[in-house]
Amino acid sequence: MSKRPEQKPQRPPIIDPALLRGLTQPRLSRRAVLMGAGTAGAAALLAACGVQGSSKPATSQGQDAVAKFWAGKSKAGVLDFANWPLYIDVQKVGGKTVHPSIEAFTKQTGIKVNYKEVIQDNDSFLGRITPSLKAGQDTGWDLMVITNGGPLEKLIRLGYLTPLDSSKLPNFNQYASPRFKDPSYDPGNKYSVAWQSGFTGIAYNPKLTKRPVTSFQDLLDPAFKGRIAMFGDILDTPNLTMVGLGINPETSTVEDWKKAADVLKRQRPLLRKYIDNAGEADVLSSGEVWVSMAYSGDIFQLNSSGAPGIKFVIPKEGAMLWTDNMCIPLHAKHPVDAITYMDYVYVPKVAATLAENIDYITPVPGDKQMIQQDAAKASGEDKASLEGLLSSPLVFPTEADLSKGHRYRILTPQEQTTWNRIFQPILQS
Amino acid sequence: MRKRLAPYLLILPGGLWLAVFFVVPMVILITLTLQSGNYEEGFKLTWRWANFSDALTLYHTQLVRSLLFALIVTALALVLAYPMAYWIAFYGGARKSSYLFLLLLPFFVSFVIRTAAWKFILTDEGILLGPLKHAHLLPQNFHLLATPYAVIGGLTYNFLPFMVLPLYVALERIDHDLVEAANDLYANRAQSFRRVILPLSVPGVFAGILLTFVPTAADFVNASILGGTNTTMIGSIIQTEYLTFNDYPIASALSFIVMAALLIGVFAYARALGTEEVLEVSGA
Repeated sequence: MSKRPEQKPQRPPIIDPALLRGLTQPRLSRRAVLMGAGTAGAAALLAACGVQGSSKPATSQGQDAVAKFWAGKSKAGVLDFANWPLYIDVQKVGGKTVHPSIEAFTKQTGIKVNYKEVIQDNDSFLGRITPSLKAGQDTGWDLMVITNGGPLEKLIRLGYLTPLDSSKLPNFNQYASPRFKDPSYDPGNKYSVAWQSGFTGIAYNPKLTKRPVTSFQDLLDPAFKGRIAMFGDILDTPNLTMVGLGINPETSTVEDWKKAADVLKRQRPLLRKYIDNAGEADVLSSGEVWVSMAYSGDIFQLNSSGAPGIKFVIPKEGAMLWTDNMCIPLHAKHPVDAITYMDYVYVPKVAATLAENIDYITPVPGDKQMIQQDAAKASGEDKASLEGLLSSPLVFPTEADLSKGHRYRILTPQEQTTWNRIFQPILQS
Repeated sequence: MRKRLAPYLLILPGGLWLAVFFVVPMVILITLTLQSGNYEEGFKLTWRWANFSDALTLYHTQLVRSLLFALIVTALALVLAYPMAYWIAFYGGARKSSYLFLLLLPFFVSFVIRTAAWKFILTDEGILLGPLKHAHLLPQNFHLLATPYAVIGGLTYNFLPFMVLPLYVALERIDHDLVEAANDLYANRAQSFRRVILPLSVPGVFAGILLTFVPTAADFVNASILGGTNTTMIGSIIQTEYLTFNDYPIASALSFIVMAALLIGVFAYARALGTEEVLEVSGA
């Protein structure tokens, strides 16, 4: 959005403005109103014969614009945070589920966080909020976690994100890993900073498969008929399939997409079902499914919560490597609170708490030392699990691991429609 | 003058309501079916009739499946509901309303929760399949969830009351003297049922079938909770196309195709049963 609304003082009006207008302005005759309504109705109908687009040329958000946006904004004491399931530290205290890192944040800053795990996949979440953004309205969220590889780029392209004020992110500037700074999908971190990063690969239950799973081809093995699951996600499932076929998703063409679609179609009779995000933890631990597409951290968490020895592999053909990013939707009610939180998770101690609990690739390399310290202090089971964390390639991957991770191709709106029409009839079969 | 205006004034509030919340959106939807473009760059009215053929090519399997499921569910519901409604109407006695209340009781719980409850019952190691598997009456690999059986079962359960209620209303109105008269004329019980009760209950059957078939064909809850691959129904597709992909033309085209299919079906069915019966229902 090229023009930002002028900041008005946020004082609640004492009298309802509509009432005030009614009292101070001449009233329209009924006839005029009816005529007006008729014209307005006709105009609305005509306007409806075509839904307006929302693509705005991405304006260069100069320092001025950023400064202007943030000037005069102040802390509200509330933060509405939309995140994915199983994506933050959790503790049971007296039967209640709490998030210690968020409680510490509230204690430190006085900002009350409404933490909601509402994002099941990028597309359905964006599908819900984009109509608000397009209408120039508040989405109800101040902070959300969106994946790169299409969804985040789309929000940036449409100008739906609040530009970040770098001076409000001192911890990010100081502690973020160089790998997470200035990413290609958001140069200069103008709109986003990383939450966590991870792999989409394959997880399996060795007790049930009775053999190691190493390749994408294992997801097509008739021996596992009815015991295979894939994500119903239109981003990762087609992309991982392409990687499995030896196609680099970043340079893939419509022909490649069709090849992947054919494989997915062939695979369908073998599937138990297409699962929701984080659903793989459930179906794998219940034994309902033996082999599944999976997110690295989910499986690590599953195993560290004392479950059944599920294994995660980066298939020999490669995996998808993604980064989930914190960003502030336009018109957010509490942007200062949101950016305060964004910076807070880059404090190494906080980052370490998150890494210890959710086991994805952390954007703060300094937390490795924190975890080492924690491990040194801990004993018994805790120690073992922290040491497992430190040696896990899924949390602290080597360059070799990272080189197996593929990136996404960014689609234009037309390509996106083509992509959806190729894959959606299969995913919702 | 006043008298002549009265009927129009009575229709006005409801008419306006329908005009604003039904007709206007319908017109918008119709124009959407002929537009092309995408959500980001906008849609334009280009009279693209191919949206209909595209929608059909992409999703005909799910459409046919939905209609088929709806047929099966309606038939099952009719078979289950008729004896139930018959019994309540003829033998319910003083407790008729209590039985009806029991029938409606599940409606006090959210539709989604009731369907999710089925998930607990049907799950692989759940209270239904678990014991049967332990007793080796079923193979270990057997599962109901994620199959069409689960979806059809859930749909039948959820829409059964919509079948029972109209049947009950029709059966309850039957004059018992007519049955007695039939008996006096040496009709046995089967004959009096077939010649007297069944024909008189046809309006209820018609209403019940309509109330079950139409919402079942468009349902998207059961398939997404109880289904797996190869059980997706057209309602889910339309929902995703609208709300997730914002592909309005395809979604609108699909909606209209479903609507047309249902209307054609309903009219053909009304013709087959005779229009008078249908009118009788609307008078009921």
